[in-house]
Amino acid sequence: MSKQVIVNALISAVTFLVLAGWLLGISMQAEPGGVQLVFAEPSHLHWLWGGMAAVFFGQLFFPSQVDKLRHVAQAKKQRFKLPAMDRKGSNLVACFVLAGAIIWPFMVSRGSVDLATLTLIYVMLGLGLNVVVGLAGLLDLGYVGFYAVGAYSYALLAAEGWGFWTCLPIAGAMAALFGFLLGFPVLRLRGDYLAIVTLGFGEIIRLLLNNLTELTGGPNGISGIAKPTLFGLEFNRKLKDGGFDTFHNFFDISYNSQYKVIFLYLMALLLVVLTIIVINRLLRMPIGRAWEALREDEIACRSLGLSPTVVKLSAFTIGAAFAGFAGSFFAARQGFISPESFTFIESAIILAIVVLGGMGSQIGVILAAIMMTVLPELAREFNEYRMLMFGLMMVFMMIWRPQGLLPMSRPHMQLKQEA
Amino acid sequence: MSLLLDVTGLTMRFGGLLAVDKVALRLHEKEVVSVIGPNGAGKTTVFNCLTGFYQPTSGQIVYRGEHLEGMKGHLIARKGIVRTFQHVRLFKDMTVVENLLVAQHRHLDTNFFSGLLNTKRFRKSERSALEFAKYWLDKVGLTEFANRKAGNLAYGQQRRLEIARCMVTRPEILMLDEPAAGLNPRETEDLDRLILELRDQEDVSILLIEHDMKLVMGISDRIYVVNQGCPLADGTPEQVRNNPEVIKAYLGEF
Ligand SMILES: Nc1ncnc2c1ncn2[C@@H]1O[C@H](COP(=O)(O)OP(=O)(O)O)[C@@H](O)[C@H]1O
Ligand SMILES: [Mg+2]
Repeated sequence: MSKQVIVNALISAVTFLVLAGWLLGISMQAEPGGVQLVFAEPSHLHWLWGGMAAVFFGQLFFPSQVDKLRHVAQAKKQRFKLPAMDRKGSNLVACFVLAGAIIWPFMVSRGSVDLATLTLIYVMLGLGLNVVVGLAGLLDLGYVGFYAVGAYSYALLAAEGWGFWTCLPIAGAMAALFGFLLGFPVLRLRGDYLAIVTLGFGEIIRLLLNNLTELTGGPNGISGIAKPTLFGLEFNRKLKDGGFDTFHNFFDISYNSQYKVIFLYLMALLLVVLTIIVINRLLRMPIGRAWEALREDEIACRSLGLSPTVVKLSAFTIGAAFAGFAGSFFAARQGFISPESFTFIESAIILAIVVLGGMGSQIGVILAAIMMTVLPELAREFNEYRMLMFGLMMVFMMIWRPQGLLPMSRPHMQLKQEA
Repeated sequence: MSLLLDVTGLTMRFGGLLAVDKVALRLHEKEVVSVIGPNGAGKTTVFNCLTGFYQPTSGQIVYRGEHLEGMKGHLIARKGIVRTFQHVRLFKDMTVVENLLVAQHRHLDTNFFSGLLNTKRFRKSERSALEFAKYWLDKVGLTEFANRKAGNLAYGQQRRLEIARCMVTRPEILMLDEPAAGLNPRETEDLDRLILELRDQEDVSILLIEHDMKLVMGISDRIYVVNQGCPLADGTPEQVRNNPEVIKAYLGEF
């Protein structure tokens, strides 16, 4: 019996446990304080263990025929393989993580969910900046400017009575437009020069927000920004004037402020998932390959007819659009924005997330975003030393692990082996 | 044979240094033309001027009746003039086949939404690009390395990959800058065969910079000799070999 078979059997058994565990082991019960999770009775659990054993031994002695099938398929189809959307294994893991992320907020405190929502905003920002810095290799220190453009776009449009889901794409498009306009003159610069100019642009946007008092409210910012709704259902205790209905009233349940927090969290999760999907597609598109090629050798790119400006501009614009989405969600969640939220230190934190995570690596960026937002919360008593610790961490990272937590592994386009 | 490229009075000055001085050059369809000369003669600089990497100080570059002076490098490449580099410039962290896909960028379906939605048209365009890449990998004998990182190939293989990468852009003129440098004799022979194959089967015209005289004399239809930036002589291999000035200045060893 080969080691492979045992490992396969083990994996199958654990998979069974995780899958069936959700269904058999835990049940949800509606109680006055909200939905409660209750562990199942021992008799159910016996079934669970029994099933697991059956799967394990079944796999051990009758290893699946999948491999053979695969060989047959390979022999038949001697063509080129396009990279799949995801490798099979990681697809499954991703589903589990997603399922966990969806269920999780129902089990923890309001504060944790709120923090998680903030984390997800940073994940989105990190992933967006990762396109610019990690994939296209353009050091952008003014990323927060596009975040601000997104936030203010939403705040201003929402004040005109526009809904969140209408504003979201507009805010993204506005940020993208800014990215395009700013990128156009500066992208012929390289490395340090580009970094300095983008730094300047980030500051210019903040100063504009500060001084265009009539439009943006200046340093006072904009408050009372409308919260997102679920198909018109509001999450407030009382219906606003002219609103459609409130969530608890519509579903005829008692009001609970937790609903709103969870709703915002799930929305942020949805946005992050969409971001990941889009970036994963980008990586498999010609433009994604062009970004990497350009990062490696701009001269070779030019000699092959790729326009460096267009390729860079596309990365800059797409990255800015993600910042715009994140910004409009941020404004919707906060209900209040001011130029204070968009200082250079934000850009630095987002960049730190990208560098810490491993430039170009999406999972790394997600982990780093979690670290960068959750750790400071855990170490509240060290709050005064936060920036110091932050700096130290960056220095040590650069010494010991300059490639980041999880270095990038890109899906490679493959030419199928002739069997 | 119609005239493809007509270069006259090409001059390139770097500060006080006259690197290229009034060089003239003609390339016809389906021709292999070599540029030879000692190191520092200005050969690579001529290539850089022709492909838009340098803006020539003066002179005219006419390709099929169109002036190329002052045109951006990537636009010249799109017109069908591509080149390799004296020092290999592959995308080292990308796989061999990906190098060939990047080169086909502008022939691919680069519409943002069709890629995002992975439409049928998009997949078809990607597949045909892969098939074209495979065709060229077969030609240069690199198919078995298709999924390796380009940087991990042996030097000779990298050279061939660079040529294949140029070819998938479907060029009309291929410019090779010292393609045989660092190759062993067997690889040089393969290169010799490959260049002739490109000319005879793929209808490209080739402009070649090379120091390997056996290779140059064997495959060139015509040869230009430059010395310290100045054109010294030109003609068929036979004429160049017997030109007393060339012998005196450069080819003493023949
Ligand atoms: N970008 C540059 N700036 C200054 N001098 C240059 C530059 N490129 C080439 N040169 C000079 O031009 C001359 C010709 O160089 P090159 O064209 O590389 O010669 P070859 O390829 O024939 O060996 C050399 O003296 C070199 O130093
Ligand atoms: Mg040279």
